[in-house]
Amino acid sequence: MDFLIFKAPMLMVQASLDGILLGILFALIAYGMALQWGVMNIINIAQGDLVILGGYIAYTMYLAGIHPAWGVIVSPIIMFFVGWALYKLVINKVVDRDLFISILATFGIAIVFQQLMNFIFGADVVVAQSEYGTTMLFDNSVTLPNSKIFSAFISVLYAIGLVIYMKKSRLGRAIRATAQNARAAKILGVDTEKVYAATFGINAALCGIAGALISITLTLHPYVGLPYTVRSFMIVIVAGLGNLPAVAVSGMGLGLFEEFADYILGTEFRIGAVFMLLVFILVYRRFKLSKKREYLK
Amino acid sequence: MNAIKQKDLILYSGLIILGLAAPYLFSAFKVQLTYLCVLIVLAMTWNLQGGEMGYNSFGNILFYGLGMYLTASVQVGMFFPLAEWTESGGEKTFVHTTSQYFQGIGVGLLVAAIIPTIVAGAIGYAILGLRGHYFAICTLGLGIAAGEIAGGIEIIGAGQGFTTPPFPAEIVDPEARGKFFYFLSFFVLVVAFVFVKYIYGSRFRLILNAIRDNEDKAEAMGIQTMKYKIVGWMCSAFFCGLAGGIMGGLIGYIDSTDVAFDGREMGVFMVLMAILGGKGTLWGPIIGATLFHFFKEGLWTFILGWQYVALGVLIVVIVVYFPEGLMGWLREKYPERFGEVIDEKDRKSQVELK
Repeated sequence: MDFLIFKAPMLMVQASLDGILLGILFALIAYGMALQWGVMNIINIAQGDLVILGGYIAYTMYLAGIHPAWGVIVSPIIMFFVGWALYKLVINKVVDRDLFISILATFGIAIVFQQLMNFIFGADVVVAQSEYGTTMLFDNSVTLPNSKIFSAFISVLYAIGLVIYMKKSRLGRAIRATAQNARAAKILGVDTEKVYAATFGINAALCGIAGALISITLTLHPYVGLPYTVRSFMIVIVAGLGNLPAVAVSGMGLGLFEEFADYILGTEFRIGAVFMLLVFILVYRRFKLSKKREYLK
Repeated sequence: MNAIKQKDLILYSGLIILGLAAPYLFSAFKVQLTYLCVLIVLAMTWNLQGGEMGYNSFGNILFYGLGMYLTASVQVGMFFPLAEWTESGGEKTFVHTTSQYFQGIGVGLLVAAIIPTIVAGAIGYAILGLRGHYFAICTLGLGIAAGEIAGGIEIIGAGQGFTTPPFPAEIVDPEARGKFFYFLSFFVLVVAFVFVKYIYGSRFRLILNAIRDNEDKAEAMGIQTMKYKIVGWMCSAFFCGLAGGIMGGLIGYIDSTDVAFDGREMGVFMVLMAILGGKGTLWGPIIGATLFHFFKEGLWTFILGWQYVALGVLIVVIVVYFPEGLMGWLREKYPERFGEVIDEKDRKSQVELK
């Protein structure tokens, strides 16, 4: 094998660390998707675009002279209301309909979001400088931007916070009850409409956090939302709904896969590799299930 | 019965005469008319597996882009080294003679129809085992992956694009190019219509509908659903490949993600057009495509820059408020025109039951 990565073991360490830190971020987005999928039975194609929008909020703060890291607090608050409004405008009409309709409707939303972001923020690739510096490991052969460590730390913090919130709070219990059986929850006095809106809002807020972190660790561009949607979709189908440790692990796995694909196949095939992995995972699961004469539902 | 047939005959001959006369009547709009034909073909054949079979694919753009690249590659590769052609980019070091051009596009379109069909057959067994939204997302991934991968392959121009052979300069008539592509696409449209019409009258359609309505039951009734699903998808892929080949020649320039595997435009358009007109009807996609094209061409210029916002809003509005499409709406309004007899007494008793 004539690949650089196999000649230099330090590159392997580099790719692994990058991949795991990136994967934690993906897992955060995927957790939001699992939440709304489990509760509302909706696949949100606009998930990635919500992430990018959250990133642009942090970027706007950066332009205004505020440190972009504050975005992890401001962006989820704004995005919660964006999600709430989106639910009231469109999503509540597709919630109990065919899944294909929700896919197409959110696809439309994704196009609108992309284009509006293109108008407002321009079509350039931008990044918010956090100026956190880098950590050098192993005799300076592995460089690790501190912003990545920061983003992984914040992601874990928010994820733990959300899990506790879902377990302890009244709204969290209402959301879990609605996910189990919406009808029964309604009979027992849960305002499911409000629960749905809150779920979508929380999902959007999670996207906002992830986006703010992406704005300082990676790059932002109006049209790169869809890969994030596909990544989170992939993590959810591998991990299953409502299994948070599995979401975290498969998120890191995906991050590792991407970093190694980047080194082995070349950067130009990175996104292609992500999408091919999606196809491969779906087909693999289909063949595994078809042995038992079942299919993905 | 006879009277209906006669009515149909008048309708079809009228449409064909209109189609043949269109480039002379609306001489300035030949490119738009070609687009319209291609859009109708795409919507009609998407409907075959999206509407009739219930397998909503976002990835038929894969076959469209494949057909586009194949036609252009064959057209060039038959006479000149392909790598040098793409390397030279816009500067033409090689020039096709008239006969070479037409031979090339003929063989190219043939390949562009056959290879995507084979590809659909080959991946069909794996992909069509997925159901519902998993199929939709998987095909969406396929379409985008194809675009990303094509954008990394050197021999077909990679990121900088692929210039298709220009129309032969020996033909001096400036109208010839437009006419050629129009009649080509019109021919494909007629073939596609005859084919789809034939399928609508056949047992095959009933099987596809059975798969859509309840696949497990269809299988229990002894239908080999997988076989029919693959054939259904292959029918779609055949015409998608042809349409892509024609569009490649018409546009004259192939870019991996913006022209060929253009999931953001063509890939969504074909789904949207079929839904706008009404999924699972013969005329729905045709009417949907025509309306959509007029809407798009009429409005695009007025809202320049905002067209994608309009497109996104249009998708949301159509999907949320008119999921049955135009034909579905008409059917609800005038059921007797669709051969549905409503027993007034039965209807009233049902209303009372509610």
